[in-house]
Amino acid sequence: MVDVAVRQGSVRGVRRASAGTRLRYALRRKSTVAFLMTLPLIVLIAVLVIYPAFYAIHLATLNKSMTRFVGFGNFQFLFKRDTFWMVVEQSCLFAITAVIFKALIGFIVAHFAHNIPSKKQRKWRGMLLVPWVIPPAMSTLAWLWLFDPSYSAFNYTLGLFGIAPIPWLGDAGWARFSVILVNVWYGAPFFMIMYLAALKSVPDQLYEAAAIDGANWWQRIWYVTLPMMRNIIAITTLFSLIVTFANFDIVRILTAGGPVDQTHLFATWAFRVGIEGRDIPLGASVSLFMAPILAIAAYFILRDVTKRGNEA
Amino acid sequence: MSRRRLSRRQFVTATALSSAALISAPYLRTAGAAGKLSIGLWDHWVPGANKTSTDLINEWAAKEKVEVSVDYITSQGSKLLLTQTAEAEAKSGHDILASGGPWQPQAFADLLEPMNDIMGPIVEQNGAVNGTVKYLGQADGKWLAVPAVIGSQIKGPCSRIDLMKKYADIDVQAMYPAGSPPKADNWTLDTFLKAAEACHKGGYPFGIGLGETTDSVDTAGAIFQSFGAELVNAKGDLTIKSDAVRQALEYYKKLISFLPPDVAAWDDASNNKWLISGKGAMILNPPSAWAVAKRDAPQIAAQCWTHGMPAGPKGRFAPYLPFFWSVWNFSKNKQAAKSLLTHLSQPTSIERLVEASGGYDLPAYEKLTNLKVWGEQEPPKGTLYHYPDPYHQEKLSIAASPAPPKIAQQIYTQATLTKMCLKYAHGEKMENTLAWAENQCEGFMRT
Repeated sequence: MVDVAVRQGSVRGVRRASAGTRLRYALRRKSTVAFLMTLPLIVLIAVLVIYPAFYAIHLATLNKSMTRFVGFGNFQFLFKRDTFWMVVEQSCLFAITAVIFKALIGFIVAHFAHNIPSKKQRKWRGMLLVPWVIPPAMSTLAWLWLFDPSYSAFNYTLGLFGIAPIPWLGDAGWARFSVILVNVWYGAPFFMIMYLAALKSVPDQLYEAAAIDGANWWQRIWYVTLPMMRNIIAITTLFSLIVTFANFDIVRILTAGGPVDQTHLFATWAFRVGIEGRDIPLGASVSLFMAPILAIAAYFILRDVTKRGNEA
Repeated sequence: MSRRRLSRRQFVTATALSSAALISAPYLRTAGAAGKLSIGLWDHWVPGANKTSTDLINEWAAKEKVEVSVDYITSQGSKLLLTQTAEAEAKSGHDILASGGPWQPQAFADLLEPMNDIMGPIVEQNGAVNGTVKYLGQADGKWLAVPAVIGSQIKGPCSRIDLMKKYADIDVQAMYPAGSPPKADNWTLDTFLKAAEACHKGGYPFGIGLGETTDSVDTAGAIFQSFGAELVNAKGDLTIKSDAVRQALEYYKKLISFLPPDVAAWDDASNNKWLISGKGAMILNPPSAWAVAKRDAPQIAAQCWTHGMPAGPKGRFAPYLPFFWSVWNFSKNKQAAKSLLTHLSQPTSIERLVEASGGYDLPAYEKLTNLKVWGEQEPPKGTLYHYPDPYHQEKLSIAASPAPPKIAQQIYTQATLTKMCLKYAHGEKMENTLAWAENQCEGFMRT
């Protein structure tokens, strides 16, 4: 109103001035600055994640030659295939087993690392993180050589003790064991570092109080450590479950899904069907089938995290 | 600031003069006068082989005044296949692209420029192509791609002369003498099985993969065809529950018991390593394993002899993997692309390419299987003489043929043949194995 009284010349000028003022105010707001600064990342995610996701949904609704809309036809076809259900079963087995072992090993190693004096702890932390830091395609190639049919270092060592060579990747049971082993080796350090951070945030007073109450080592873990780490365990498990479920490189390099499809996961089978078999819509449907399974897991895990957050 | 204004009269004069100058100027052909051409070729594993292709392309480019760019794309990690798929989706990319596998011309048929106009004269000059090249490279009488010499291969037996003599009592050099026709009437699948058993007993098993990569699948394809075993016939009917398929499975079951225990996990490198490590008496492979042995284990290379396949009840079939060069129909310089492919398919060009690959690359044409390079390779002298099947005693075959190519591609990439063999050999009942394969093939028929 003051502006109007001072500048009697034109209403448009006033409007322009107030618009400019609003822009200035908006730019001064922290949320606007934050938005502008994250905008490049939002654009990047939109281009590299959101667009491909919707494009994959579009592809999954087309026929094999991608000329006709078939709705849920590809999914209906998949549900009738034995191999598809075998892949579902294997993906669940692979992801759940690997995540349990990664969490268990990560938890144990985090405790060991936590009890090391802080000077030496840094070196140990660094060394323990090495498997997680090396690109998995590279480290898996090294594992492939260890399992190699002709030159396996493992079989050579076993041979020194008179043990017959093991078909690490040629037998379904051993092949599943091998891909899970490599995934655990690669992923356990992530759990270790997350749990270590969580352990450091547990107040010492709680342990002191538990000790005064006569709690033994196991009771301290069960009644103090684990409840204090519940949220971080839940979120780490969810994150790892998603990544492990969608794993591609380890299986592709070690077994390519064999023998007789018995180590295929969603991603490797989608690649086999979609790219190598030139049935892109079916491949897209296979890879999209991961989404509802992971969404259900995410719902239950995050629901508990929210509930505990509200209780706190 | 003053600004000089252009009058209408001055504008008309200037335009007329410029037009006259442009029209009357002499036409200067620059390096790229006939346009640009981008080429994506298979990255050859033989050192120096890429250089020969580049030289041939550059010689053509200099003559035709075309600006060329060549990318060598590895097939490791399916990179070439991924490139082809991405370019097909984007409708943009190289003008000429080597196929990332034998089925690509058929898989991308709708997006490829027909090659009939250049294939006619090429075939007339170089001789006819074999049936497998026609099956993979043609659709409804239309050539979808040009057979590429680079990368095309036969995966015949590469035997250890000493071990085959010692354990199987077979003189492979006498059976396939350098410079002369084969004396291989007794070289049958039965003899092959007996030799596999003998070498297994001697501690040097044959290295035949049963994985899901091309070496394993191609071998299974040739052995199945030797029994006349087809999963799907040329009309697209399921023919799995046949005596021929049963015989092939029985044969493979016996053979698997004489192979190393982990052949189910073998990839295309495993058989090479098996031979080079000195652990095996024979592998089925192009001469790449021998060539690496020449460098890394010369004492083993000196004992290697590449020769023909054993004959089965329905004939002598060799595992064959042809490569192709294709031109996208969205290419901006199709004429130049065709001209270059014609140049690369000339006998002199082919001979240079085969020599550069040390005899690994195989021309698809009938008149070009007697190049001197195969007779000259050593050690031992003449080791590759019979590699290109110079006396045309074998049917060069691709696994899963003669099924319609779109179904055959699925059978091939899903490695249905090797999976059947493994299932049956590992205790699955014959009828269950056949029912499983039938279910798989029914799925492959979806449109």
